[in-house]
Amino acid sequence: MYRYDEFDHKLVQERVTQFRSQVARRLAGELTEDQFKPLRLMNGVYLQLHAYMLRVAVPYGTLSGPQMHMLAHIARKYDKGYGHFTTRQNIQYNWPSLEDIPAILDDLATVEMHAIQTSGNCIRNVTSDQYAGAAADEIEDPRIWSEIIRQWSTFHPEFTFLPRKFKFAVTGMHTDRAAIRFHDIGIEVVKGTDGKPAFDVYVGGGQGRTPMIAHLIGKAVPAGDLIAYLEAIMRVYNMNGRRDNLYKARIKILVHSLGAEEMKRQVEEEFALVTEQGIPFLPAAEIERIRAYFQAPAYETLPDTSDALDAALAENRRFGDWVKTNVAPHKVTGYAIANISLKPVGGIAGDASADQMDLIADLTTKFSFDEIRVTHEQNLTLPFVRKDDLYPLWQALEAAGLGDPNLALITDHIVCPGLDYCALANARSIPISQKIAERFADLDRQHDIGELKIKISGCINACGHHHVGHIGILGVDKKGTEFYQVSLGGSADETSSLAEIVGPAFTEDEIVDAVETIVETYLDARENDERFIDTYRRIGKAPFKEKLYATH
Amino acid sequence: MAQHTNKRATTQAVTANRLTDGDVVYFTAAGDWSLWLKDSQVADGKEDCAKLLASAQPAVSAQLVIDPYLFEVTVNEGEIIPASVREKIRMAGPTIRLDLGKQAANA
Amino acid sequence: MPLIKNGSFADDEWVSVGDEDDLPSEGGVIVSLTRWLAERDTLLGRNTPLGVTLAAGEVPDAIVTDLDRLQLVAVQFPIYKDGRGYSSARLLRERHGYEGEIRATGEILYDQWFAMARCGIDAFEVAEGTTLAAFDAAMNELSLVYQRTGDGRPTVMELRHKSSD
Ligand code: SF4
Repeated sequence: MYRYDEFDHKLVQERVTQFRSQVARRLAGELTEDQFKPLRLMNGVYLQLHAYMLRVAVPYGTLSGPQMHMLAHIARKYDKGYGHFTTRQNIQYNWPSLEDIPAILDDLATVEMHAIQTSGNCIRNVTSDQYAGAAADEIEDPRIWSEIIRQWSTFHPEFTFLPRKFKFAVTGMHTDRAAIRFHDIGIEVVKGTDGKPAFDVYVGGGQGRTPMIAHLIGKAVPAGDLIAYLEAIMRVYNMNGRRDNLYKARIKILVHSLGAEEMKRQVEEEFALVTEQGIPFLPAAEIERIRAYFQAPAYETLPDTSDALDAALAENRRFGDWVKTNVAPHKVTGYAIANISLKPVGGIAGDASADQMDLIADLTTKFSFDEIRVTHEQNLTLPFVRKDDLYPLWQALEAAGLGDPNLALITDHIVCPGLDYCALANARSIPISQKIAERFADLDRQHDIGELKIKISGCINACGHHHVGHIGILGVDKKGTEFYQVSLGGSADETSSLAEIVGPAFTEDEIVDAVETIVETYLDARENDERFIDTYRRIGKAPFKEKLYATH
Repeated sequence: MAQHTNKRATTQAVTANRLTDGDVVYFTAAGDWSLWLKDSQVADGKEDCAKLLASAQPAVSAQLVIDPYLFEVTVNEGEIIPASVREKIRMAGPTIRLDLGKQAANA
Repeated sequence: MPLIKNGSFADDEWVSVGDEDDLPSEGGVIVSLTRWLAERDTLLGRNTPLGVTLAAGEVPDAIVTDLDRLQLVAVQFPIYKDGRGYSSARLLRERHGYEGEIRATGEILYDQWFAMARCGIDAFEVAEGTTLAAFDAAMNELSLVYQRTGDGRPTVMELRHKSSD
């Protein structure tokens, strides 16, 4: 994985010093809250319901063992012993005191981490595929390009006060685990005409109040042109994106109002002018330097099958279930990708205790070349595990409450913090997730239902991705009471679709039954081994709607 | 943004977050800030509520609290109860982690 | 408002003239783009320094052919969050090769001066009480950059490959 050199280190340290002085000015009364707010937001410090919240960047979701240990240390020393992994592949601490934040940033800097641009109307942490470097059909590791974009976008002087926040996602192959079509800019590495990596660039996707699927405007943009092309998009957006209305300020609204064709034309025109200026964006040697950091780890030559694995599968049914759902094929024979569910029934989606973080850090040092990935679905991934090691890995996870075999099943939800923490929320999300998980706790039933993605947001901002849930649940407030609106048929992968609202909202007491009705309707209609989303796409909303509202 | 102030509500108290650590605080009759809702000063009617909020404002320039606002409460046999789910959660802590927030101290 | 130009306090020799106001008989004047376009010939006939204000979102295209006659272009920031002026400034400096004064006016935060300078702005209207020490500090908080702009600073990428040569 990428390692800082002297320059990256120095810049992060200077940023900590700068932020420390901003905090000192605030505490000394030299800055009012109005003046301080934009400064703290540029460094990921929010004020939530109970306390400040600090969002720490996990660039493209990649962490090393020592970094994970540091996250655990911070949780213990400055927070309340846990952290929350988010859909942006970041981690959030919910209880830091403002006075401690400079010290936290110092600690983070020692392991090459920071909170730079984790909020504010700037280019945010770049997200990517959690299987990067390990998936079979990958054209190239998307983290090479994510890192290049990270550097280019860090303290970009022109694009730090954009109309609104700006999110990038990069994937190295067509299969999309990074939801690139729901980002302001989504990038897919493709093979260029010269056989070298090039980029399909999607623009204008997003969720929030007005969900939209991004448009492909740049086809096979060559590697040497990538940054100039992105700079052109950013400039068109910076100059023309709406600034009069918070809800119309994202680039998706600009693309929608111009039309994708016109957006493409404007970007190409600007791109031509940018390249004409001949600004050197990215020396070829720099691409090679960064590429070198993402070379394959020192794999052993192993047989495809593992006797140890086969023996364990025969012996432990729960482990067998885990392998079925949580383990994915690896591009190297004898290896596997292991996913750690952060969705134990009764738990809080995406939360991990400091002890769990330490354990995972130790396990990856032992079993996965010291790398961990955070997924946008709020789970963790160990990308390079020998098949021989899967069983001991799982046993250690299981003992710490991290061995649930439920990845992508009906108890694996994306859940935003909702009204339990978030100052913008209309309703709670976490308790709804917990109740649904409890109702479907039976593993056999979960496995029988198969892949079913439930995504829950506590308000229209859609941090819980409800627009792209197979079942999406949105908390709404009706005169101080929480209600939940259900939508169906969304999908964040390469088959991208937006979920459709199915009908009037349900109360907190009704919502779990409603989910069960949806599931029963699906099971009745399912043909062969259709997944929920396939059945939904075949039969549409009507049968679900009928069942849901029949008794009302 | 969730609606958390209700201009027509009759009985209200003033809350804010403390500057140094962001903790939830309530404005008291003594003119200072308490971590506990039971200590808060309650006002009735539009005028008195506005006065209460105004008397809490100096704490902003004194760097004690951030963004004080009025919120609706009911007073039942001396117990002050927030009207909205939001303020109930701010008063107690996350509903899914009873070991955290102010409720942890009560337990 | 005090003015910091090229790193030190400078007297403001310019007068901003509203669209309806009479032009003073002498001295440098700054007019809006609208007025510039409407009264271009009259203004060019004056024997005084000339400046134009670009409001947020106004691109330099309309004044590109006049740039050699303009000693100053003011870039307006109506509120600190409105970042369009950064693009306007870069376009002026980098694309159109403008060499006169680019002045930032409006709501500007301490923490924005550096980025503005990187975009080619060389004069800043600052709040009363601003010290040069504060200005210098803000300009030097970050010593490295990852992007090439018209300010000519070598980027980290360039430094890397220089040092390994
Ligand atoms: S969706 Fe709404 S409630 Fe949930 S975290 Fe985002 S802003 Fe908060």
